[in-house]
Amino acid sequence: MNEPLTIFPNTPAAQPPPAIVDMIGVSKHFGAVKALNDATLSIAQGRMISILGHNGAGKSTLIRILAGLMKPSSGQVSVPVRSRDSEPFGPRQARAVGIRCVFQELSLCDGLTVYENTKIIHPKLRGIGWQNKSRSLIRAALDDIFPGHDIDANQLVGRLSIGRRQMVEIARAFTVTDAPIRLVILDEPTSSLDVTAADQLMKFTRLIRDRGMSCLFISHRLREVLEYTDDIVVMQDGRIVDNLPMSSAVSESILVEKMGSVENKIPDAADTVASDKKRGDRVVDIVANGASKSLHATKGEVIGLAGLAGQGQRELLLQVLAASRRTMPGHKVIGRASYVAGDRQGEGVFPLWTVADNLSIGALLRVSRAGVINLSRERALVARWCADLSIRTPRAKHPIRALSGGNQQKVLIARALADDPDIVLFDDPMRGVDFNTKAELYGLVRRMANAGCTFLWYTTEIAELSNCDRVYVLRSGMVTDEITRDALTEERVISASFDRA
Amino acid sequence: MSKHTSMALRRPSRLSPDRLRVVVPILALLAMLVATGFLQPRVMSYFGFTLLLRYSLPLLFATMAQLCILVVGDIDLGIGPFVSLVNCIVASWLADQPWLCGIALVGAIFAYAAMGAFIQYRRLPSIVVTLGFSFIWLGAALLVRPTPGGTVPDWLIAATGFRTPLVPMPALLAIVVAFIAHHLIMRTAYGTVLRGIGSNAAAVERAGWSLLVGRALLYGAAGFCGVLAGLTLSGLNTTGDPWVGAQYTLLSIAGAIIGGAEFSGGIVSPIGAVFGAMIMLLSSSLLSFLNISTDWQLSLQGGLLTLVLALRTLSVWVGK
Repeated sequence: MNEPLTIFPNTPAAQPPPAIVDMIGVSKHFGAVKALNDATLSIAQGRMISILGHNGAGKSTLIRILAGLMKPSSGQVSVPVRSRDSEPFGPRQARAVGIRCVFQELSLCDGLTVYENTKIIHPKLRGIGWQNKSRSLIRAALDDIFPGHDIDANQLVGRLSIGRRQMVEIARAFTVTDAPIRLVILDEPTSSLDVTAADQLMKFTRLIRDRGMSCLFISHRLREVLEYTDDIVVMQDGRIVDNLPMSSAVSESILVEKMGSVENKIPDAADTVASDKKRGDRVVDIVANGASKSLHATKGEVIGLAGLAGQGQRELLLQVLAASRRTMPGHKVIGRASYVAGDRQGEGVFPLWTVADNLSIGALLRVSRAGVINLSRERALVARWCADLSIRTPRAKHPIRALSGGNQQKVLIARALADDPDIVLFDDPMRGVDFNTKAELYGLVRRMANAGCTFLWYTTEIAELSNCDRVYVLRSGMVTDEITRDALTEERVISASFDRA
Repeated sequence: MSKHTSMALRRPSRLSPDRLRVVVPILALLAMLVATGFLQPRVMSYFGFTLLLRYSLPLLFATMAQLCILVVGDIDLGIGPFVSLVNCIVASWLADQPWLCGIALVGAIFAYAAMGAFIQYRRLPSIVVTLGFSFIWLGAALLVRPTPGGTVPDWLIAATGFRTPLVPMPALLAIVVAFIAHHLIMRTAYGTVLRGIGSNAAAVERAGWSLLVGRALLYGAAGFCGVLAGLTLSGLNTTGDPWVGAQYTLLSIAGAIIGGAEFSGGIVSPIGAVFGAMIMLLSSSLLSFLNISTDWQLSLQGGLLTLVLALRTLSVWVGK
């Protein structure tokens, strides 16, 4: 059977555009757990489909099956352009029919350069001159999607910032050697990108739809979903519960409603205006330095750090952390600080340890006597925090890697809080965390703050700043603006984030 | 004023950490050569070099074997006994039963490849498996040749002592090996995929490559290099000894690491490893020339290794 491999985008309007992939009644079980339950989905050509759902809704399983990384337990995935449905549908076959993936957790090799990483997904790049071909491929893709980027194709990926790595990963998915691209799966592509790059990417998805490619888009940023999507697929507990075309009637609140009960809704500014707390002692005080404004935090305050990604917010947090342990000129920090990493795979979890070990490491002194860990106290501590943050794990001694990303993040936050710190430093910990978890964590932050804990919270999501009492905006390592709760607007944050000189 | 200029501008003008990875061992080797020449001027001749580098060939190949394993982020604790086994096989059978010897050596290479496949298939830590296998190699070597002895055919002795014009054979061979290994591992497309396995195996697997094939291939290549090391060692020693290779395990690791390889992450430098092997070889000669007793040599060699590693950390630090 030799079906034509190229489908032209200009199909007559009367005819529905041909489907790229049809999933019919696909289920996937892991033991007794149904990760995906009877999913039926047809992806038409030239459409952008968003999949919405909280962590554990089955989004990851769905895209893994589409990418050929997982075999469904039952049901059928049919790809009309495939010549033989009999051979197993693996990652190579998925690629051959034009399905590309950008995964949430980065799948680049740190030890290889940008162009060498491009080669990894292209078996056809070989022979004499493959390096130059690979370089020009990835450069062209980067220039296409992110005009004005500053990524060198010869650079080792391990030396790039996380945002730039994400850009490379995205651009790599759009490089073509043999098979044309039909469907690109974007799993939280914008989570590590700064505003400019995220905008460039979203605009690019419009462009590729006109070229006949489809997108499967997963994002926790509803604004992106609403602005750029054609169809919205809502998932809940492994099922596809709704599939609605985009229209002006669809709004954030409708989507949030459809995704399931969000018990603690993301608080509006009005909900959480802090009661007249005693604003006494300053626990963090960083003096102004050159063009950088001073920064301070008092006990029980939630301080937001905003700005474009990678503008020195992380470094600031690490400075505060260092200053809490030894004196540093220009930095005054009173009390103990603990840090919650945003890059949870890189610097957060101990991947081979259990949930309990990962949690109690933050408070070992509290659960040990004369240098020996008291096991019953440790158990009690872990049980308390698992309940407090509703960490969903079958048992405390479960391997941490078996947990969903959101739950892993909760463990990390519990680790930081278990030591009863005075100051908690958040390095964008809500990245890639589902709504419900976020809402729970927002509530927790507020409760802890009311109890006298100070938060320094770096976030890449502007909406998250509404949880903060005061916000500092950083640009190129400098504090450029201080915004109080009442004066906080998106425009003001953005204007302080960009250099307009 | 188009592509060329922009490309030239993009190149890092100063020494990047990745380049220092190779530069540090080269400078270290040069310094050692200068010191050796200063202490013992007679070394600086064709004949002197030939003597100095006499035992470089087995170490060179053993280091290359180790490098193959380091590419996928594994470590091989069995290469020394494996070199012994090859030495015993060669000294026992090559002269009288060349066919049997050939089959045994090819079998040994396949056994190495199978070990790599086993490590991948069962997802075992290489350090455990290769340590276990090191006893198998040693046991096999003792079975083949319980006591030192045996004969090595003259052609092999002649081949390892071959005198090339102008440049001594070991130096020439080192250059050739460095070139071939660099090309295969760093420049070819599949070599890149193999290094990718060491860096992020999940990503490479996701792109549709077989980790089983990759690991088996690299372990097979390591076995091949191990056979070459055993053959050259036999030619130099002219006899078989089941304990002769023991030192090569640690020397090969040290050579590869000094030469810029990392214990994990698939970061290797074949050219650096060749220099690293030479450094490990020369350090003992240099210490002898300094009239340092052999009792101290091992600790000083260790100190040198630490120094080179410290220099590299410094170079990373400078590069930031």
